[in-house]
Amino acid sequence: MSQAARQRSGNLPDINQRNADWYIDKLVQYLVFLSGISAIVLIVGIFVFVTIEGLGFLFEDFSFREFFLSPWWEPTDEDEPTYGILALMAGTASVTGLAMLVAIPFSLGSAIYVAEFASGKKREFLKVLIELLAAIPSVVWGFIGLSIMNPLIIDLFDVPVGLNILNAGIILGLMAAPIMTSISEDALKAVPDRYREAAEALGGTRWQVIYKTVLPAAKNGLLGGVLLGVGRGFGETMAVLMATGHAINIPGSVFDSVRALTATIAAELGETAVGSPHYQALFTIGIFLFSITFVINLSADLIVRGIRKS
Amino acid sequence: MKLTRVLLSSVVMSLTFAGASQAANTLIQNKGSDTLVNVAQAWAEEYQSVKPDVALAISGGGSGTGIAAMINGTVDIANSSRQMKKKELKRATDSGQKPVEHVVGYDALAVFLHMDNPMNALSFNQLGKIFGRGGEFTKWSDLGVSVPGCGSDKIVVVSRQNNSGTYAYFKKAVLKSAAKAGVIVKGSFRQGTLDMHGSKDVVDLVEKTPCAIGYSGLAYATDHLKLACIAKAEGESCVSPSVATASNRSYPIARPLFMYTNGEPQGEIKEYMDWIMSDAGQCILKDKGYAPMRDVSCP
Repeated sequence: MSQAARQRSGNLPDINQRNADWYIDKLVQYLVFLSGISAIVLIVGIFVFVTIEGLGFLFEDFSFREFFLSPWWEPTDEDEPTYGILALMAGTASVTGLAMLVAIPFSLGSAIYVAEFASGKKREFLKVLIELLAAIPSVVWGFIGLSIMNPLIIDLFDVPVGLNILNAGIILGLMAAPIMTSISEDALKAVPDRYREAAEALGGTRWQVIYKTVLPAAKNGLLGGVLLGVGRGFGETMAVLMATGHAINIPGSVFDSVRALTATIAAELGETAVGSPHYQALFTIGIFLFSITFVINLSADLIVRGIRKS
Repeated sequence: MKLTRVLLSSVVMSLTFAGASQAANTLIQNKGSDTLVNVAQAWAEEYQSVKPDVALAISGGGSGTGIAAMINGTVDIANSSRQMKKKELKRATDSGQKPVEHVVGYDALAVFLHMDNPMNALSFNQLGKIFGRGGEFTKWSDLGVSVPGCGSDKIVVVSRQNNSGTYAYFKKAVLKSAAKAGVIVKGSFRQGTLDMHGSKDVVDLVEKTPCAIGYSGLAYATDHLKLACIAKAEGESCVSPSVATASNRSYPIARPLFMYTNGEPQGEIKEYMDWIMSDAGQCILKDKGYAPMRDVSCP
């Protein structure tokens, strides 16, 4: 061994030596850690922020009865402001409900087609298209509701205004369908092939295989997909603001205009004085919405995880 | 949050000052009502040729926004299409501001009907029964008319979002007075009104919908709408909305337009406010479709 080589091995860097590399290494470690927990930090941060802003209302003007059971939302009345969200909840629920009626058959049908029937290029092409559909901004959907669906509904059903539950429900259904399709398709793909083979071996037709074997086996994943769609419906703002007609109303038919919880926040928050009871009441709606979507998404996630494990 | 906002706005302010100081010596911050914002911008542009060394920063955002800025002390002049509430005045004095009210003009609130609607005149009580909570008019036939093109006969009531100054004034002037007359239970809007986010949206919807009735500032009216002639009491002769009838206060739903200064205006702000009230300033207001404070002859 030459002297030079011995010298080189003697100069091997000590890994605990605190030189520039050591600091860079630590820095990168912390950065990666921070990005890793950032989702949790953000969620907690948002929840804390929304709660703090809405807390004043919860302690002072909040009355459970009025908030959840009164249909009168008049936060700007000078004499006796009322903060009832019953009509707003009815609006959100009716639009989301109709949206699911539209989206479930659509997304289930296309998921079955893409997962079970389509193959090769056609399948890839459809998948890309579905992803593309999910990427359309909600304001564009709202615009379609406003300028295409609105006159169409007026003509077809002879109603005075086409901005109503039907309009928003269809728009929202089409918006939620792509994400529901993706998740349902994943759920169908997760069903092992041996189930299909076994069913076919028993003499099942293609349809019987899907209907009797694949769908029941994938039902948790499908349910998770539907729940995520519901979460999307509850949280969607811009499109429902534009397509519902924005009328505080407990609906009696699909042709009634309604107003959603999210749309109320979007329309009113900009012009309220920071810290006023109206401002805090809007944040209280925010807390309520946050809790609902959190529960829906969490249960969807648990259900989907459930099938992966079993 | 408040601290960051103050910091941010002070940074923005100092930047604006730095930018403006080369061209102008004084910067007047003017913010608020969307009803007034077009006029305020026209004033600011014209004032450039009157006093080039005064720069005006105009922004809209609504009466509430302007008043909030006045309370926080971040504007010199706040525009508002409604009077400041007692609570707001108290909050302003608590934070050390002294808002002083100036009426700079009037805005007639027109009640819009579709062109095909045979209805011409409406009284406050009728409006109350159409717009108000517990009002008995839900169909056009309740008013004794049938509207061509409105097959369902249902009255489509078009209103504004609840923090608009226009909404607040209509509620106060029309619905509260109808409630006082006993034709509706409470001086507030009925359920199921379509709450539009701007005056222009109201105009667009009423133009297209035969069954509709709506209201907003006269300045937004178009030729494709019918403007209802309004009577304050049943049996009284009605008055059509126009700049002239708003100016002489004969039109019953004309609201004053306010500008609030912090303390009695002084120096450049006083000169600007005086100029707004002069013939030149009032003519610009008239030109934009609002009613001036007095009769002015404009070129």
